[in-house]
Amino acid sequence: MYKYIAKRILLMIPTLIGAAVLVFFLLRIIPGDICELRLAGTGLYADPAEIELCRENLGLNDHILIQFADFVIGFFILDLGDSMWTGKPITFELGLRFQLSLQVAFMATFVAVIISIPLGVISAVKQDTWIDYVVRCFSIFGIAIPSFWLGIMIILGLLIITQAWTGVPWMPPIEYVSPFEDLGANLAQLIWPAVATGYRYSAVATRMTRSALLEVLREDYIRTARAKGLLEKLVINRHALKNSLLPVVTIIGIEFAFLMGGLVVTEQVFNLNGLGKLFVESVLNNDYNLTQALVMIVVMVFVVTNFVVDLFYAWLDPRIRYS
Amino acid sequence: MAVVTESIVEGKLEAPSEDKTWGEMAMKMTRKYPLGAFGAVIVVVMIFLAIFANVISPYDPEANAFEFMLTAPDGQFWMGTDQFGRDILTRIIYGSRTALFVGFSCAIIGASVGLVLGVGSAYFGGRFDLFFQRVMDVFMAFPLIIMALAVVSIFGTGTQNVIIAITIPFIPRCARVVRSSALAIREIPYVDAARALGFTHSRIILRHMVPNVMAPFLIMLTAFVGQAILLEASLSYLGLGVQEPTPAWGLMLQGGAEEYAESAPWVAIWPGVAISLAVFGFNLFGDALRDALDPKLRQQ
Repeated sequence: MYKYIAKRILLMIPTLIGAAVLVFFLLRIIPGDICELRLAGTGLYADPAEIELCRENLGLNDHILIQFADFVIGFFILDLGDSMWTGKPITFELGLRFQLSLQVAFMATFVAVIISIPLGVISAVKQDTWIDYVVRCFSIFGIAIPSFWLGIMIILGLLIITQAWTGVPWMPPIEYVSPFEDLGANLAQLIWPAVATGYRYSAVATRMTRSALLEVLREDYIRTARAKGLLEKLVINRHALKNSLLPVVTIIGIEFAFLMGGLVVTEQVFNLNGLGKLFVESVLNNDYNLTQALVMIVVMVFVVTNFVVDLFYAWLDPRIRYS
Repeated sequence: MAVVTESIVEGKLEAPSEDKTWGEMAMKMTRKYPLGAFGAVIVVVMIFLAIFANVISPYDPEANAFEFMLTAPDGQFWMGTDQFGRDILTRIIYGSRTALFVGFSCAIIGASVGLVLGVGSAYFGGRFDLFFQRVMDVFMAFPLIIMALAVVSIFGTGTQNVIIAITIPFIPRCARVVRSSALAIREIPYVDAARALGFTHSRIILRHMVPNVMAPFLIMLTAFVGQAILLEASLSYLGLGVQEPTPAWGLMLQGGAEEYAESAPWVAIWPGVAISLAVFGFNLFGDALRDALDPKLRQQ
C-alpha cells in the first residue's frame, strides 16, 4: 500500500509541472501587455520609457526561462508573489473571494446531496416504474439546463413573486456579506446561486446513486439478506446503500473539484465577486502572476481530489494496488 | 458517470437482424427504451429545423426592425422580439444550426482524436503510455474557461475558435475511457496473431483494435454532443463564443436577457428552453444507447 501511495504521489508531480508549463507559455502567447494596459489602457498617451520601467519592475524583461524558474520555485515554496495589476500580494487578492466561492461550492454540494441520494435510491428501488422515469427525467433535465439560465429564471421568479406579495421587487444584493457578520443575510444572498449550481450537480449524483445501487442490488449478499427474511427497508438502507455509496462519493468529490473552477457563469449571473470573476479579470488584464496562481490552485484541487479518490479505491480493491 | 463508462470492457455492436424492416426495429427500440425514443424524436426534430431553417422560419434572423423592438408574443411574433426587433422564434430555429454544427464538430473531432490516441497509448504501452497519460492528465485538469479565454485572445472570437476551445478538453476524456477498453483488447490473442503476421502498427491499431472499442467510443460521442452544445451556450453567454449577429442560443441570453428580464421575460425564457430541450434530447438518446451497448447493464 505504501508503495502504491508513493507511486501515486510521484505521478502527481509531472501533472503539476505540465500544467505550469502550459499556463506559463499560453499566457505569454496571448497578445497584450500589462504595462501598456495599465498606463495607456484608457487611451491616454504613455511614455515609452515609463512602460519600459514598469516592465523592468515587474520582471517582464528577464529572460523567459528565468521568469519560468521564478514562477515554479515560488509555487514550491508557497510564495505566490504579488498581483501585477494591483501590486498587492496574491494571497490578499484571493482572501475574500476564495471564501465566497468556497462557501457557494459547499452550499451547492449540500443541496446536491440532500436531493440526490433519496431520489437516486427511490429511482433504483422502483426501477422501470413511472417514479423511476420521473426521477430520471428530472435528473437528465438537471444536466441539460444551463446553470446560468436557471440562475436568470430564479432571479426572474423572485422578482415576480416579491413584486406580487410585497409590492417591492427583490434585487440581487450588490455587496457580499460575510457569514461572520450576518449569517442570515449571507445565506439569503448565497442560497440562490447554490441552488442554481446544486441542481445540475445533484443530477449527476442522482444518476450515479441509481446506477450504483442497481448494480449492488444484483449481488448475492442482497439475495441472502432477503432470503433470511430481512425487511426490505433494512436490506436497502443497511446492506445495499452502504455498499453503493463509494462511486457516489467519488463523483461528488470530482464535481466539487470542477466546481471551484467552474463557478464563472453563476458568479456572472448573480453578480458575485468570487474566484470565477477574478479568473476572467486576471486573464483579460494580462496579469500573469495572478492567472498562474489561480490555474495552479484549480489544478492542485483537481489532482489532489483524484489522488484521494484513487487511494480510496485502492484501499477497497486490492486488485488495483497490486496491478 | 466516468466509472460507469469505464466499466465497459468489451461491448460489441449488435448486428441488426436482417429479416426486420427499419420500422419494426424502431418500434422494438421504442418499446424497450421509451425515454431514448423520446430523445431521438427531439434530436430528429432539431436536425429537421436546422436543415430547413430558411424555409420554416417566418423572418430574417439577422435583420433589425426597430419598429418592433421588444414586442410581446402575439399572433405575428409567436415568441416575441428582442431588443433589435428580431423575431425570437426565427433566431431560435436558426440557432439550432449553430448548436448542431458546434455540437457535432466538437464531438466528432474530440472523440475521434481521443479514440486513436487512446487505442495507440494502450497498444504501445510502457513508457509511451505512462508519458501520454500524464499529458492527458494536464489537459483534463486545466480549467476550460482559461483554455477558452486563451484561444479567444490568440485567435479571436468566432465559431471555429469556440470549436477548438471545446474540443481540446474532450480529447483526453475520450482517450482515457477508450484506453481502458483497449488495454483488455490488447491481451486477446488475435492482436498477437496480427503482430505475428507482420502487420504494421497503424494497421493493427486502426483495423483490429479500433473497431472493438466502438461501444465506449459511441457512448462518449453522443455524450459529447450535448455537453458541447451546453459549453458553447455558456461561452457565448460570457461573450467568448459565437458573436453577433450570428443566431446562437447562448448569445441570445447574453444580449438583453438580464437587462430586460422584468419587462420582457420572453427574451430570457425561450433561448434557455431551446438549449435545455436540445441537450435533454441528446442525453436521453445517449443514455438509451449506453444501455443498449453496455453488456453489463443488458443482462438485467
